[in-house]
Amino acid sequence: MSDRRTISVTINGETYEREVETRLTLADFIRHEVLLTGTHVGCEHGVCGACTILLDGRTARSCLMLAVQANGHEITTVEGIAPNDTELHPLQQAFQDNHGLQCGFCTPGMLTTLIEFLGDNPDPTEQEVREAISGNLCRCTGYQGIVAAALDAAKRLQGQETAGA
Amino acid sequence: MKPPPFTYHDPRSIEDAVALLAEKDNAKLLAGGQSLMPMLNMRFVLPDDVIDLNLIDGLAGITEDGDTLVFGGMTRQRDIEYSDLVARRCPLMKEAILNVGHRQTRNRGTYGGSMSHLDPSAELPSVSMAQDAIVTVQKKGGTRDIAMADFPMGYMMPSFELDEMVTGIRVPLWPEGHGYAFEEFARRHGDFAITSSAVLLDVEPGGRISRASITVGGVGPAPLRVTAVEEGLTGETGSVELFTEIAEKCREIDAMEDVYAPAWYRQHLASVLTRRALGKAFSRAANGTEMTLR
Repeated sequence: MSDRRTISVTINGETYEREVETRLTLADFIRHEVLLTGTHVGCEHGVCGACTILLDGRTARSCLMLAVQANGHEITTVEGIAPNDTELHPLQQAFQDNHGLQCGFCTPGMLTTLIEFLGDNPDPTEQEVREAISGNLCRCTGYQGIVAAALDAAKRLQGQETAGA
Repeated sequence: MKPPPFTYHDPRSIEDAVALLAEKDNAKLLAGGQSLMPMLNMRFVLPDDVIDLNLIDGLAGITEDGDTLVFGGMTRQRDIEYSDLVARRCPLMKEAILNVGHRQTRNRGTYGGSMSHLDPSAELPSVSMAQDAIVTVQKKGGTRDIAMADFPMGYMMPSFELDEMVTGIRVPLWPEGHGYAFEEFARRHGDFAITSSAVLLDVEPGGRISRASITVGGVGPAPLRVTAVEEGLTGETGSVELFTEIAEKCREIDAMEDVYAPAWYRQHLASVLTRRALGKAFSRAANGTEMTLR
């Protein structure tokens, strides 16, 4: 007999109510119940960082949370980063311009991780960026393009703020 | 790589949580989940019941009580990292916490969870050992305090009972102007350290060391106070020669051996990291002098 609960989780602004097994991870909830497959599952034990999402604005590894723990919370996945269907977020644009991805498997986790990091530290050094993404594994790029993209995005985001001010 | 079936509980009070702990004989407490969740996913643990502590109010927070900092068991590592109080009054913890996993895991991981898991390399138990922290545990019908010296019983085995949970940690503070340093070596940033060294020094005007606390992590089954080094420093005047000589005593520690590192390597790291940490701590002490030790 499985232990089940009904939960209500807001993902990228939309609220989803589902009855789930309590042992279901948040990552599997997002992918298999809500069918948002942008969040990738790599190692399922908190090492690779591919499943990183934002929970109430703070990054978390969605494979290390139960879906029931997200009940009543707000989640942002990679699908919710861009401002609309035609424009990219400045960080996404910087990834494209700086060859910050090749196969794309690590990209959702890199983007969510860097969005929080650039909020905490809007003007980072290269070393700080490397440390910030040290919990996200990429096997294609050798990280150089990702670091360049993060530094470029920091400049773009700062410019945006100045322009908006 | 999926958690095994269990019954999930989300108590709203400590009393309800410990009542459940008393009643269920194969239960696990879920704090930040940064160790328990991987263990569930890999099925290293097969609990019948999981008791989630995340919905209990009042279990998190950092407050100052005279010369002690009081942490709730569910205080997140991120809140320690960004706490002005911790940075000001307990700078060793601030320096150490930056080595705990990654931003994503510090957002969830908790002080009490790290203490209960008690990995021999974990930074927060090492800092707690260095500061002579007192761990408060609660069970149905009572609470008690456990001094950090009595807290580890063995490898990943804290001394509290199966029906007890960590509700808070009291960290006695060192006087303003004390020297501190946390050094560790890990293969990759954010990994559990192979070895770490935490140093606290009280230095009198003129450079005489009146009190020393030296803790190495990752060497023994739990964080270890190196009393031979502490005794060798007390009453002496800090110098490059003294620190270089005294840190060698770390090579005499009975060290663990595993697939990651042989015992001699851990002893070597303990000695090098303690030497560096001593130099840094003495340089930072208000009455110390600047020195660089490699």
